[in-house]
Amino acid sequence: MSESSLQDVRAVNGGGSWFHRNQIAITPWLFLAPGVLFFIFYVISPIFQSFNVSLYDWDGLGEAEYIGLQNYQDLYWEFVDRDAFFVSLKNNVIWLFLYLLAIPAGLMIALFLNQNVWGIRLYKSLFFFPFVISQVVVGLVFTWFYDPTFGLLNTIIGWVGLGPINVLGDERYVTYGIIAAGLWPQTAYCMILYLTGLNAVDPEQVEAGRLDGAKGWKMLWHVIIPQLKPATFIAFVVTIIGALRSFDLISIMTQGGPFGSSRVLAFYMFEVALSEYGFRMGYGAAIAVVLFLIMLCFIAYFLWSMWKEEKGAR
Amino acid sequence: MRSILKASIAALGLAAITVGGTSASGQSLSGDLKIFLDTSNPAPRATMEAVIARFQANHPDLNIETTVIDREEYKTQIRNFLTANPPDVATWYAANRMRPYVEAGLFEDVSDLWNEPEIAENLASTKGAMTIDGKQWGVPYSYYQWGVYYRKDIYEELGLNEPSNWEEFKANCEAILASGRKCYTIGTKFLWTAGGWFDYLNMRTNGFDFHMQLAGGEVSWEDDRVRQTFANWRELIDMGGFIDNHQTYSWQEALPFMVNGDAVHYLMGNFSVAPLRDAGLTDDQLDFYQFPVITPGVALSEDAPTDTFHIPANAANKEAAREFLRFVVSADEQTEINNGNNLGQLPVNAMSSVDDDKFLNEGFAMLSSNSPGGVAQFWDRDAPAEMAKVSMEGFQEFMVKPDNLDRILGKLERARKRIYK
Repeated sequence: MSESSLQDVRAVNGGGSWFHRNQIAITPWLFLAPGVLFFIFYVISPIFQSFNVSLYDWDGLGEAEYIGLQNYQDLYWEFVDRDAFFVSLKNNVIWLFLYLLAIPAGLMIALFLNQNVWGIRLYKSLFFFPFVISQVVVGLVFTWFYDPTFGLLNTIIGWVGLGPINVLGDERYVTYGIIAAGLWPQTAYCMILYLTGLNAVDPEQVEAGRLDGAKGWKMLWHVIIPQLKPATFIAFVVTIIGALRSFDLISIMTQGGPFGSSRVLAFYMFEVALSEYGFRMGYGAAIAVVLFLIMLCFIAYFLWSMWKEEKGAR
Repeated sequence: MRSILKASIAALGLAAITVGGTSASGQSLSGDLKIFLDTSNPAPRATMEAVIARFQANHPDLNIETTVIDREEYKTQIRNFLTANPPDVATWYAANRMRPYVEAGLFEDVSDLWNEPEIAENLASTKGAMTIDGKQWGVPYSYYQWGVYYRKDIYEELGLNEPSNWEEFKANCEAILASGRKCYTIGTKFLWTAGGWFDYLNMRTNGFDFHMQLAGGEVSWEDDRVRQTFANWRELIDMGGFIDNHQTYSWQEALPFMVNGDAVHYLMGNFSVAPLRDAGLTDDQLDFYQFPVITPGVALSEDAPTDTFHIPANAANKEAAREFLRFVVSADEQTEINNGNNLGQLPVNAMSSVDDDKFLNEGFAMLSSNSPGGVAQFWDRDAPAEMAKVSMEGFQEFMVKPDNLDRILGKLERARKRIYK
């Protein structure tokens, strides 16, 4: 105790070594240093490396050959020809929009579960369950659910006289089928975010709203949802990111098939650069750059709105 | 007890002496020997571990370290460990499948082994598959035939015979369809199974040399000969010969159709026999025939994928690695590891004996005497990786939507122009 206060005095007085004099300014940076270094090394520098690799023709083993923007040119032609890149990009857009359904669905379930009846904790955990189990298991469960010969889905639609459909084998339905599988855990995630949000809803405002005659949808829209804004923001962020990196479910359920119609950019990048037959590191990097630019739009928006929030709070 | 121990030690010593006598320079190997294997399935894994144990017994001073990696994982991990942390011996596949690593200088040139009379004489049949740029880059340890596996009991029930030409092949299928079954089971989720059908249809329609030119990128995909192959394929598709929804199944998931008698044929490698037997089919129910002639006069050629051992260029103990390669391809070891209790495949050494198994015998006879056109590895080993991937995706699409053929061939032709520069 006495020692440290002595040091403080010394630091303020400007005595002692350089470190002692600047201790207060340096300490936060020292604490930040490990995190910052790792972030630079593992996040920032690979981004620039990807930009660099995307300018080369490289199989990942031998010499890399500089080819300028040719990888991007190839991507452009694939887009024009409605080839793999076009399909992946289109699927990514579908994912982005449909995955957002997890937010209203999660809100509905949260509102439904936000009551005090006997055993509600059990119901809540059961609804949260899909988020706890691994994506691999989710993928397998849905693969069996959709199976054209013994799957539950075809048994059920068989009861109402509809013919068997092979969801994962039909290029028209496959992406929607995988998104439905992805929505299952994602809805649970959004639900838990909203459940915690609902705990923080101010009962006095609800009371005041009730006195003013608001109920039902009006109450939800004008009183509850505005108060859930922080939860909605987080749910939006995690859902967008989840949609853009939707890789595991595709890899487990279809391997990008049938004939490549369920690929998204992340999977396509893996396929051309890192999979069994993939030896085009440059091309994979070019896809990664495109994916990064798409993500950058969202990241910029998120940072901007957080910054606005901070400023508003002050 | 003690005498048994003594006797077994004596026997072991004797075995060591006899084997030691056959190998020329195997006396004083020492140091570490790191072996990476992709034989992760139970039977191949046990086989390989036994081989290594026997090699260890011959070279007690050698410190052998074996790593078994999951077969599918291995395919992507190999490029990392070859560059970063190479073992002394690694398994892989022959032909174009090893080209990226050969061209990157990651595999050791083992032409010297192939100049030794022991290997030069007895392994001549697989030399071509191991050769790139006039040098050999590894040794094979096992191979297996492909062909049509079928339900003999259903053939007898319908009064059918093994077909010898395309017309009979189709006529059999008509009869099978009329009995309410499907002709061919297949699972194309992982694409390569469709590559097997393409191999056979194209080799039978246009011959081995054309097939290899196509794999080598020398022929246009929009060539009329390629279209003829697809036209033949389409006859089977339009007939409804293949099981429905095959694009959702893996090759294993397609097995039950054959076991339950819902489908009668399976164009597959010999590795499908073990699971079919395990599922309860007896040798009276299961039989094999060579894919029939399509274009008369085209010499028959076969698919026989070869599994191989290589020495990474950056290996630390190349002397011991070479000795291990010599050991694995020796006649006795080849007989042992490929027998029915182990890999259940064909030995690569001409001096070895093929295990007495119906399918191995038939396959061996077919490959050694009834395949004058040549022996292919497999589509994804003969064609470069990228072309294999794009084309097999095209084959799958064709099997589901044959009307898209023009678009598919256009796509493959664009890929060909980009890939073979």
